[in-house]
Amino acid sequence: MFDLDRWQEIFQTVRKNKLRTALSGFTIAFAILLFTLLFGIGNGLKHTFEKQFAGDSQNSIYIRSGNTTKPYKGLQSGRQIQFRNDDSKFINEEFEEKIQFFSPNIERFAQASYKGEQNQYTVRGVYPDYLPLESAVIEDGRFLSVLDIKNKGKVIAIGKLVEKDLFGNLSALGKNIVLDGLSYRVVGVFSDPGGDNDERFIYAPFTTLQGIYKPNDELDRFGLTFNPKLSVDEAIAFSNMLTQVLKEKHKIDPRDQSAIRVQNYAEGAKNVQQFMGVLNVIILFIGIGTLVAGVIGISNIMVYIVKERTKELGIRKALGATPSNIIGMIMMESIFITALAGYTGLLIGVFALKALGDSLEKYFILNPSVETYVVVGATVVLIIAGTIAGYIPAKRAASIKPIVALNDE
Amino acid sequence: MIKIEKLHKSYPIGKGSLHVLKGLDLHIKEGEFVSIMGSSGSGKSTLLNIVGLLDGHDTGKYYLNGQLIENLDEKKAAILRNKFLGFVFQSFNLINYKSALENVALPLYYQGVGRKERNKIALQYLDKVGLKDRAEHLPSELSGGEKQRVAIARALVTNPKVVLADEPTGALDSTTTHSVMELLKEINREGMTVFVITHEEDVAEETDRIVRLKDGVIISDEKVNKKVTI
Repeated sequence: MFDLDRWQEIFQTVRKNKLRTALSGFTIAFAILLFTLLFGIGNGLKHTFEKQFAGDSQNSIYIRSGNTTKPYKGLQSGRQIQFRNDDSKFINEEFEEKIQFFSPNIERFAQASYKGEQNQYTVRGVYPDYLPLESAVIEDGRFLSVLDIKNKGKVIAIGKLVEKDLFGNLSALGKNIVLDGLSYRVVGVFSDPGGDNDERFIYAPFTTLQGIYKPNDELDRFGLTFNPKLSVDEAIAFSNMLTQVLKEKHKIDPRDQSAIRVQNYAEGAKNVQQFMGVLNVIILFIGIGTLVAGVIGISNIMVYIVKERTKELGIRKALGATPSNIIGMIMMESIFITALAGYTGLLIGVFALKALGDSLEKYFILNPSVETYVVVGATVVLIIAGTIAGYIPAKRAASIKPIVALNDE
Repeated sequence: MIKIEKLHKSYPIGKGSLHVLKGLDLHIKEGEFVSIMGSSGSGKSTLLNIVGLLDGHDTGKYYLNGQLIENLDEKKAAILRNKFLGFVFQSFNLINYKSALENVALPLYYQGVGRKERNKIALQYLDKVGLKDRAEHLPSELSGGEKQRVAIARALVTNPKVVLADEPTGALDSTTTHSVMELLKEINREGMTVFVITHEEDVAEETDRIVRLKDGVIISDEKVNKKVTI
C-alpha cells in the first residue's frame, strides 16, 4: 500500500491533471468549509449563551420578600413580609439535604472612601458560603471566614474594580476603607465572571452589617445553591416547595405572586439547555447533510473521471495492470484528493473563524471555533468518504474489459 | 509460439448472436513474421484480441508459449499479457500526460521494476527505435511515426515472446508506414515473433507469411516470396 512508486504514479496523475483534480477537490473542500463554518458559528452562539449565564452559579436560587397582594386568613393585603434570622434557620433545617451553599443576605448602598478617593458601592452582608453562589474567585487574600461572622469583624472582601477605583494600581489588601463612617479592613480581593457590576460589590460579614443597619434580626434576602445532584426538574420542584413552605410560615395566600419571589436559575438553564439542544441538532443535521452532499459530489466526479479515463485504464490493462492495480490506483487517488481537499477546506474554515474572532459579537456569536475532536472526526469521515467515493467507480473501472476500454474514444 | 485449434467466438447482439470466428486453426512458430489480412468484419481484430488475451474465446483451444489458455481471470490475463505480449495499436494508445520515456517504462512498472531501473531500460529501447533525444517529450509533441515508434519501444520493453500489432500503420502516411515496417522487420530479424493485423496489401507484403481471413474463416495461408517484392 505504501509503495513509493505507486505514490509517484498518483502524484503524477494529480499534477498532470490539475483541472480535474481541482474540480473534484473543490466539492469536498467547499463542503468541509461550510461544515466548519457552521460548526464554528454554532459554537459561537453557544458561547454567547454560556457567557450570559456565567454571572452566577448555574444552580443558584435567590429569595426576596415583598408586599402581599391578597388578603389571607384574616390578614389584609399590602402587608410587608420581612425575613428574619429564624427564616434562615428554618430553611437550613427544613431543606438541609437539598441545599449545597446557603447564605442570608443584607444589602446596602454605601459611601466608600479611601484617602480622599470616594465612590458609592453595594455592600452585602453575607456568610462565607456566598462566594461560590456568585461564582466569584478570590484573587488576593481571603474571603470572609466563620470567625469573622462570629466576631462581627469589621473586615471586607472587595471586587477587583473597587480596588481599582479606590487604590489605582496599588494593592488594597490590609488597607482600611471607610464605609458610611465606619472603618473596615480589606482582607480579600475577588474577581467575578459576571462582569463589571459584580466586581463593584463589597462583601462584609452578615452579622456585622445586621448589627449596624438592621434594628433587630431582620434581613433582606436569601441566596442558596441547590445540590448539583438534583436534576433540572427536581430543582424546580425544590424551589416550588421552598416557596410554598415560606408562604405557609408567613401566612401568605399560596396564589400570591409578589409577597415572596423566588428566582431560580434552573428554569432559565432548562430553557437554555433545550434551546442549545435544538441548536446542536440543527447544526449537526446541516453539517452531516453538507458532508453527505460533498461525498455524493465527489463520487459523481469520480464516476465521470473514470469514464474520461476509460481509455487510459484500458491501455494500462493491456500493458499488464491487474484489476487490483486499477482499483488501488483509483482509490488512492480518490482518498488522496478527498483528504487533501477536505483538509484545505478545514484549514480555511478554521482560519476564517479565527479571523472573524469576536467581530460578530453583536450578532450573539462569541469566539466561533471548532474543537479538536471535531477536526479529527471530520478528517476520519473524509478518509472514509474518499474510500467510498473511490471504491464504486474503481470497481467499475476494473471490470471494464480492456478491448472495450481501448475502443473508447 | 501461438497455436490455435478450432477456435470459435461469437458476440451477443440484441437477442441473437454474431458468429465472428468460425473454427480457426493457426500455428505460428517462434521467430515468424506473420500478417493477418482481411477486410473489416472478417474477424481479424477479434482474433487479435483473443490472441492478445484481451478477450476470451468460446470453444476451441489456444496455446500461448505452450501454455493452454482457459478460464483466465482478469488478473492472470494481465500478468500473462505483461510477461509474454507486447502491443502496438493503430491509434498508438500512449498515455497523453506521460512523457515518451514514462510511456515506454509503464509495462515495467506493472512488473514491479524500480523507477531508476525501468527508466534505464526504457531509454535503451527508445534508443533502439531512434528516439532517445525525444525521451522527455509528451505524445502531443511527437509526430505520428514517432508516436508509433514509442509504442513499439513500449511493446518491446518487457522483452515479450510475441509482438501483436493491430493496424500499426493505419494512421500513418506511406513514408512513415515504410519506416515503421522496417523497424518491425528489424525486430523480427533479432528473433522476435511479430504478428501484424492489417487490411493493406503492401503492408502484408512486407511480412514473411500472410494469413487471409474472410467471414471468420481462413481462406489462404501462404509464405511471401521476398525476392519478388524487392
